[in-house]
Amino acid sequence: MEPMDINWELAIDSFWPLLRGGLTGTIPLTLASFTVGLALALVLALMRISGNRLLSGIARAYISVIRGTPLLVQLFVIFFGLPSIGVTIDPWPSAVIAFSMNVGGYAAEVIRAAILSVPKGQWEAGYTIGMSRNQALRRLILPQAARVSVPPLSNTFISLVKDTSLASLILVTEMFRQAQQVAAFSQEFMLLYVEAAMIYWVFCLVLSTVQDRLERRLDRYVAH
Amino acid sequence: MSPTDPAQRDPLLRVSGLNKSFGENEVLRSIDLQVQPGQVLALVGPSGSGKTTVLRCLNGLEKPDAGTVEFSGGPAVTFTAKTTRREKESLRTRSAMVFQGYNLFPHRTVLQNVTEGPIQVQKRPKAEAIAEAERLLARVGLAEKRDDYPHQLSGGQQQRVGIVRALAQQPALLLFDEPTSALDPELVGDVLTVIKELAEEGWTMVLVTHELAFAREVADTVVFMDGGVVVEQGPAEDVLRAPTQERTRQFVHRLLNPF
Repeated sequence: MEPMDINWELAIDSFWPLLRGGLTGTIPLTLASFTVGLALALVLALMRISGNRLLSGIARAYISVIRGTPLLVQLFVIFFGLPSIGVTIDPWPSAVIAFSMNVGGYAAEVIRAAILSVPKGQWEAGYTIGMSRNQALRRLILPQAARVSVPPLSNTFISLVKDTSLASLILVTEMFRQAQQVAAFSQEFMLLYVEAAMIYWVFCLVLSTVQDRLERRLDRYVAH
Repeated sequence: MSPTDPAQRDPLLRVSGLNKSFGENEVLRSIDLQVQPGQVLALVGPSGSGKTTVLRCLNGLEKPDAGTVEFSGGPAVTFTAKTTRREKESLRTRSAMVFQGYNLFPHRTVLQNVTEGPIQVQKRPKAEAIAEAERLLARVGLAEKRDDYPHQLSGGQQQRVGIVRALAQQPALLLFDEPTSALDPELVGDVLTVIKELAEEGWTMVLVTHELAFAREVADTVVFMDGGVVVEQGPAEDVLRAPTQERTRQFVHRLLNPF
């Protein structure tokens, strides 16, 4: 084995293109997909607990398909599969659709469990002061469920940051695709991929700190 | 009978023929009750006798299978299989509930717990609702706790907030579901004092309780339930001191002489 010579010049020169890929690709892709995915997850969770067998069945089937198939396959179905039935979607929106649908499936179960974890007495206290089911859900149950779901949803979010690298396979210019391009050009595969890995890691460290702060802020709701 | 005899007046609440089953289990069988305005009615009896279920039916938290719950001045609901949720929930406009486990909203301050119903549901002016809440909190000695969160309070303080939350609804009838059962013994007194003061002020209430001495002191009428039926009801002194039914006698004896 040869000793490793680190090409520092390339490491520094390639840092900006990679970071730019992160800032203009990875991060917006993550934020957009997470926002849409969370909205979808809330709808799915409410369908699951609605007591309506049809709605709850549809949500259950959706969640089962999303969780039972690889994310890469979902991405390919949307980007490479749909055109053959006449639906062509650009790389960026394809990636957002695929990731949102995926987050929706996973986060739905988190949100459902969080809603069910709020004691029944909270619903009853809401009813007894005259609230409707919707009012109680919006003003009492969801805020308390939100506190419970911060840690598991943070995991979903951090996974998503890393999963967006799959979008490089459908030609979205995010961080990993930038790394691949520079690596192909310079033949410095080890350097570029480790550099990309480190930037992902730093992103996730920052997110963990944000998660900690959020949990502490929301902690005032619960007994110690 | 004299014209001032309570039985001669129009009752605030009239319950008749209340039936309720959970599956095979018949928990209430033809319950009849009347509560006169300004009166305190205590529901006593062993666990599983159905007394809490009666209370929950009065507030629309349970739907009886049959029977009538009628407030003077309305609403009056006769329960059948066809009774809608809206009809059942109409009962909540006249009564407010104090829960055994307080059920305060943990993510809202004390003041917000109290004003949530008046502002969000009853749409009363915010300033008025807050002033009213502050006045009520001061009455139970919790004015300084208005900006605390429930978990920062003791059980007794939490239950007093629960009572204030119910009062802020301006109900015709206050319902108490074993309001001191979850409390440490040394905190029970504070809560009972508040309830007693409310009774003296003329609030109408139905109280589910295990505190027989307290029931004897504040209640005008005591209803003894066992196995889903009313075994005996009458003036508190009569039912608790000189019960006519064997089952009541045994229950009272056991609670007053636990060892």
